[in-house]
Amino acid sequence: MEKLIIEKSNGARAVVFNGAKTPETFLDKKYLRKNSPKLPELSELDIVRHFTNLSRLNFCLDTHFYPLGSCTMKYNPKSYDVLCSLENFTSIHPLTPADYTQGTLEIIYNFEKLLKEITGLNAWTLQPAAGAHGEFTGALIARAYHAKDKNRTEIIVPDTAHGTNPATAAMCGFKVVNIKSNARGRVDLEELKKVLGPKTAMVMLTLPNTAGLFEYDILEISKLVHAAGALLYMDGANLNALIGLVKPADMGVDIMHINLHKTFAAPHGGGGPGAGGVGVREELKDLLPLGRVSFDGKKYSLEIKNKKSIGQVKSFWGNVAIIIRAYAYLRQFDGKTLGEIAKNAVLNANYIRVKLKDYFPAFFDEVCMHECVFTTPKDMPSLKALYVAKRLLDLGFHAPTIYFPLIVPQALMVEPTETESKQTLDAFTRAMKQIFEEAKKDISILEHAPHKTEIGVIDEVLAAREPNLKW
Amino acid sequence: MYNQEKCKFSKTHEWAFVEGDTAVCGISDHAQHEISDIVFVELPKVGAKVEAGKSCAVIESVKSAADFYAPLSGEVIQVNENLNGNPALINQAPHGDGWIFKIKISNAKEEENLLSFDAYKATL
Amino acid sequence: MFNGSSKENQGQMLGEIGITSVEELFKDIPSSLKTAKFNLPNALDEQSLTKHIKELASKNKPLLNFAGAGIYEHFIPAVVNAISSRGEFLTAYTPYQAQASQGTLQAIYEYQSSICALMDMEVSNASHYDGATALAEAVYSACQIKGLSNVLISAGLNPQYKQVLKTYFKGTREIKFTEVSLNNGTLDLEDLKTKLQTPRAAFVLATPNFFGCLEEASKISQIVHNANALLISVVNPISLGILETPGFYDSDFAVAEGQCLGNAMSFGGPGLGIFTCKKQYVRYMPGRLCGITKDDKGNRCFVLTLQAREQHIRRERAASNICSNQALCALNALIYLSLLGPKGVKEVASLNLEKAHNLAKEISKIDGFSIKYQKPFFNEFVINCPIPAKQVISKLAKKGILAGYDLGQVDKDLKNCLLICVTETKTEADIEKFVSCLRGI
Repeated sequence: MEKLIIEKSNGARAVVFNGAKTPETFLDKKYLRKNSPKLPELSELDIVRHFTNLSRLNFCLDTHFYPLGSCTMKYNPKSYDVLCSLENFTSIHPLTPADYTQGTLEIIYNFEKLLKEITGLNAWTLQPAAGAHGEFTGALIARAYHAKDKNRTEIIVPDTAHGTNPATAAMCGFKVVNIKSNARGRVDLEELKKVLGPKTAMVMLTLPNTAGLFEYDILEISKLVHAAGALLYMDGANLNALIGLVKPADMGVDIMHINLHKTFAAPHGGGGPGAGGVGVREELKDLLPLGRVSFDGKKYSLEIKNKKSIGQVKSFWGNVAIIIRAYAYLRQFDGKTLGEIAKNAVLNANYIRVKLKDYFPAFFDEVCMHECVFTTPKDMPSLKALYVAKRLLDLGFHAPTIYFPLIVPQALMVEPTETESKQTLDAFTRAMKQIFEEAKKDISILEHAPHKTEIGVIDEVLAAREPNLKW
Repeated sequence: MYNQEKCKFSKTHEWAFVEGDTAVCGISDHAQHEISDIVFVELPKVGAKVEAGKSCAVIESVKSAADFYAPLSGEVIQVNENLNGNPALINQAPHGDGWIFKIKISNAKEEENLLSFDAYKATL
Repeated sequence: MFNGSSKENQGQMLGEIGITSVEELFKDIPSSLKTAKFNLPNALDEQSLTKHIKELASKNKPLLNFAGAGIYEHFIPAVVNAISSRGEFLTAYTPYQAQASQGTLQAIYEYQSSICALMDMEVSNASHYDGATALAEAVYSACQIKGLSNVLISAGLNPQYKQVLKTYFKGTREIKFTEVSLNNGTLDLEDLKTKLQTPRAAFVLATPNFFGCLEEASKISQIVHNANALLISVVNPISLGILETPGFYDSDFAVAEGQCLGNAMSFGGPGLGIFTCKKQYVRYMPGRLCGITKDDKGNRCFVLTLQAREQHIRRERAASNICSNQALCALNALIYLSLLGPKGVKEVASLNLEKAHNLAKEISKIDGFSIKYQKPFFNEFVINCPIPAKQVISKLAKKGILAGYDLGQVDKDLKNCLLICVTETKTEADIEKFVSCLRGI
């Protein structure tokens, strides 16, 4: 437990700026602040100590196995931390004329070229600040594409979709049509046919889906979607299962987003900044946000004029610091080794699936892709996914994603990624086995978990009923 | 206060306590139990028209947001302001201080579509 | 690259699964899809990659920067990056598992508190993508609160923010925007009053506005509230070290680009969307919030709260699809504000004010140049040039200076006008160099 920094405040100073005249010299008093902001006053040492101590209260990828399903917590190579922090990248103002930003522009341009090759989709924007922001951009593109057909007001999303998909569709003014999965966790073609029609603007699929399964009917699905005059959107959050093996365009995908902080090894930063590129087929190219980079053979420049474009989805041109990392990552692979990412990610997930089958069954009892959704044993109704998650923290592992996807009761969604070793996976499966045995013996140790972390069971009801959101 | 034996229920777990042309509405004891600790209620505005079977309020727990579907159609004439400061009233007394709003009924016939307490219990 | 297991271990894993080749795990994928070829350049090892990226970096030529217009160059104390580059912060995920994330959660709580202190507002969320997208979300919240879909915006709002509002709402949730005009650099209050005669959900005030001028915020706030509209203020966080706060002039929502607080310019991304509001509107606020609570032993702890507003629970009925914050940028801002403290934020803001005024004074002495608006300003101002601003920019770039923002881009009548920014980072020598280059035009 660490005190709040404001509680430590003792009147000392850290960073000082010398020599300023009082503001009254230049401005009338009526424009000036009357009070002083309640910020901490501490020495630099005490500030460093405070935040270093806070950092030690976190589990992170550098310290723990972090098998959060759908989040692709793979290793974030340290060399990229250094490279994206080079002063010539960080100290560039976005209004600097293109002649002086050729390095950054070249990276954006070449990164787009690599993405084209990997996905088969012809044009990309790297402006969106996150995956959900990319989805939003994609849905705006669909809206612009159907501008002449006012009847296309619906977006179809399966029940396995990320919560962002329906929220995105609604943000763009679409009606959300949910469809149920079949018994094997895939899109039910008959259900899809029932709702697909002249009102459908787009179908949003996560590939592989959030149950960690490949939509084996994908070619049939894309045929149906296109025959109905709709677009097929791929939520690329799970691209780690397919990268270097399958090109989304070959599956009939018209628009997709990728998460540079997932598949492309950029760190999550405790919740951002991320970056979410959006790729489209050739005929949708002009609709992409402004600010794409072009190259005339000599010089790279920003395209900021295009009447057909949906406009800008944020200020300036994208989370460049993240793009540099993702570009660096891709440059470490060639056409052959790229597929190793997906192969090893899928191998690791299936290894865990098989190792756990006598304790925590996979909800869909078949080969999975890069992640596997487990459930608690049927004959142990008092064992909750939440208990497993919290007990794992005691045993030195970050918890999997729990209670998602919604179609799986007591879901425990495990995504190991390719960067974890067999030894780590073995340790994890041993811990899961231990939890299983503890549950059989005495569930109370699980109900009150975690025991070894700094804090115990948290009163979330109190937090929500009496919100305390600032000092 | 609004004895559950005297209430009419929807299949979606709302109750209506009808008195003349008005009805007090809330959620069933079963529903409050399922939702567990209620942390917030998004109430309709006084004067709002609600339609039977349509969502007109939201009941939040820490991890869920449940729609409240109006059991009967009508105009909201009073809302339970106490829920703003103390949403737990619904957990404590779903048929008492945890009532949600009161409407002036616009279509008395709709009451026939609702279930008696015994019939509702049988659906659980 | 970066595989966790040796070939031998992988073989053992295949054996455990009961297969001989990893290809067998991909049998659900139609074979026609599996013939894709990937034509990529040769793979680089770390050493060659480092050389390659450094070469690319050397193709950037940073200029002595006098541009602002939304992204600002400020001094970043070393502690900021030293802390935020720690793996414990950098490589953690969103703090969903509170017991494994108390560090990130407490930092978010302290960020929310510091931002509220700086802005004098009651609630701050854990941050948004950037200032422009934070504004878009605030506008939507205001429309929800008022049940109206038309909004007034200041003509002095950053043109990129206007563009983002248009992208967000044109043809989607159909919010109509009407501009209130400027008169000699600041809002025309008569125009504001007239346009408020029609019911509006909100007025979007920018102060300092895009042209650098300070608005009479308290007066404007009164006009807006008298017309029963909400006030959304867009401010410059650094300026709040000395300028009157959005909370003081009773803003209902206040948003800002927080890049200036300890984050590099980085060609404009990532940014930090600061989003604050009055407590009564917290339920309409999108994004994450961290709150204090207790654990079962009675210890104080932190947790993401009021989550039932968010997309993962409300799905299509959520106010926004946002499910991240710019956590690391928010952490930078928190460390920056902690290092400076109440005195430091005043000092740095005062230096910006002073240096900008010094430069303005010097420029007004140059033949052919003048200050466009005779209005109070903070660290940005507009000058009239004897030639188009575009030419000034390209001429000065050749001398290693980024002269500012060409206002001809937003208004042809302003083609000779240059928007200049001076921060504490500019020395007397820098200012002298800039002035002498302008003189040479």
